[in-house]
Amino acid sequence: MGSAVLSGAQRRRPRRIQGELALLAPAALLLAVGLAIPLGLSVWLSVVDTTGGVNGYVWLFSNPVYLEITLRTFSTAALTALVCLALGYPYAYAMLTAGPKMRVFLLGCVVLPLMISVLVIAFAWLVILQPGGLASKLFPLGLGDGLLGTLPAVVLGLTHILIPYMILPLYTTMRSVDPKLVPAAMGLGATRTRAFWTVFVPLTIPGIASGVVFVFVFSLGFYVLPQLLGSPRQALIGQTIHTQVNDLLAWGRAGALAVVLILGTAAVFALLTGVVRIVGANRRGGRS
Amino acid sequence: MMPHRRHVLPVFAVLLAVTIVLPILAVIPVSFTPTSSFAISSPESWSPRWYRELLTNPVWLDSLVSSLRIALLAALVATVAGTMAALGLRRVRRTHRVVARALVTLPLLIPLVVLAVGLYAMLIRTQLVGTTAGFVLAHALLGLPLAFITVSASLDALDDNLEQASRGLGAGPVTTMRLIVLPLVAPGVIAGALFAFVVSFNEVVIAGFLGSPYLRTLPIEMYSSMTRSTDPTVAAAATFVAALTVITAAFALAAMSWRRRHLTRKD
Repeated sequence: MGSAVLSGAQRRRPRRIQGELALLAPAALLLAVGLAIPLGLSVWLSVVDTTGGVNGYVWLFSNPVYLEITLRTFSTAALTALVCLALGYPYAYAMLTAGPKMRVFLLGCVVLPLMISVLVIAFAWLVILQPGGLASKLFPLGLGDGLLGTLPAVVLGLTHILIPYMILPLYTTMRSVDPKLVPAAMGLGATRTRAFWTVFVPLTIPGIASGVVFVFVFSLGFYVLPQLLGSPRQALIGQTIHTQVNDLLAWGRAGALAVVLILGTAAVFALLTGVVRIVGANRRGGRS
Repeated sequence: MMPHRRHVLPVFAVLLAVTIVLPILAVIPVSFTPTSSFAISSPESWSPRWYRELLTNPVWLDSLVSSLRIALLAALVATVAGTMAALGLRRVRRTHRVVARALVTLPLLIPLVVLAVGLYAMLIRTQLVGTTAGFVLAHALLGLPLAFITVSASLDALDDNLEQASRGLGAGPVTTMRLIVLPLVAPGVIAGALFAFVVSFNEVVIAGFLGSPYLRTLPIEMYSSMTRSTDPTVAAAATFVAALTVITAAFALAAMSWRRRHLTRKD
């Protein structure tokens, strides 16, 4: 139909590509109605909707309690990402160096929480951490008791759910590192430790970055798990959004919180993508 | 200095693997407990009491049926849209494909609670809160990237010569699609549909906003039960949900590995 508006480059391509593009219509419709309109509406409401005459952003930034909640959410997400990295890096490295059977076992165990419902995992920890539960029996000195209803319990649950999103990209990146590089560095006189830290680890930075982004971004969006394992006095943004909308119908406030969450997510994403790009550029520049 | 230093790493990994799996299994003995608390019971005293409650109490049963209905419809919509998009993007220019792929996978990257607020704001204005249609829209959006990624992977593994041979033998594009391409990517489509089903069936964050007293999904029923009581029916529900998830995912992975074994051989 609109061949007049097609650029020269497009006109040279076979006609049926234009027909195949029509196949994108259902997905585009779903993304427009299910994603673009709702997000646009949230942003719009965050600006125009007021509760008691107060704009959502004014409310958020003049209220230390909610600033604190925002900071707590981002620091909980950062802590979860760090714990996942600290546990996930050696795990992924063990998968890399293991034999085939062991590798399948380790992979299977880590894929499980990827599919199991958040609720099932939260419930499992509720059972284990409840007063008189398994944790207090295993650690009678009070280590297990009293964990339920605290931020560490939330981090524990989040780590359990999100650790696959750290381990899988790490493992994929580690596999792409040339296995001859570390022996080569050792042949040139580096110790095993030095070769590992100065040759292997820098090459896995893209995997570290994507793992951290995934875990960080996903932990920002939970409200069910913090609600079940944490305490209402240490609420996170997700829970606050739910309360503001469902109990108080304060759409402007919920919208402002949602916008802060999206901006934070985008900032972390941009930051870590930038880190990967700079590291990559430095490496290429340094070697050539 | 340490004699078994090279064993440290595998031992750590196995311990972590066990720590990931074991807590999830703790749900099973609770679901068979004869008492009315979240007690971990020993197998001699196991009773099917809470499973009977799950399948006979209308509150639980209705939410289970709603969840199954929503998940089936959402998986259908996501799979049709995702498969069509994957087919449509095969021959476009690389840069366009990268942008389109990023857009389709966007629902996975936006914090769920943000998506939930926006969907709730939109659906409440169209009176679709608490309806099957509203849930299906939201859950199909979450399933779309999974169906799209799985089918795209299938298509990438497809041998282009088969299609060209079909065209060369006089088949039109539609016939080639129907007789050659779709049967060959069918395992990928099935796997995508199963993943989309699991995501919808387990979804709780958006459901927490969109539910109404008349339409509640099983995850929402489980969540509200957990927050107000220690009714072990939730353990039976959790075991059921986890088992269904693992079985569905196993079928999806089997479909994908079947494709790899049978369709990517190019000698």
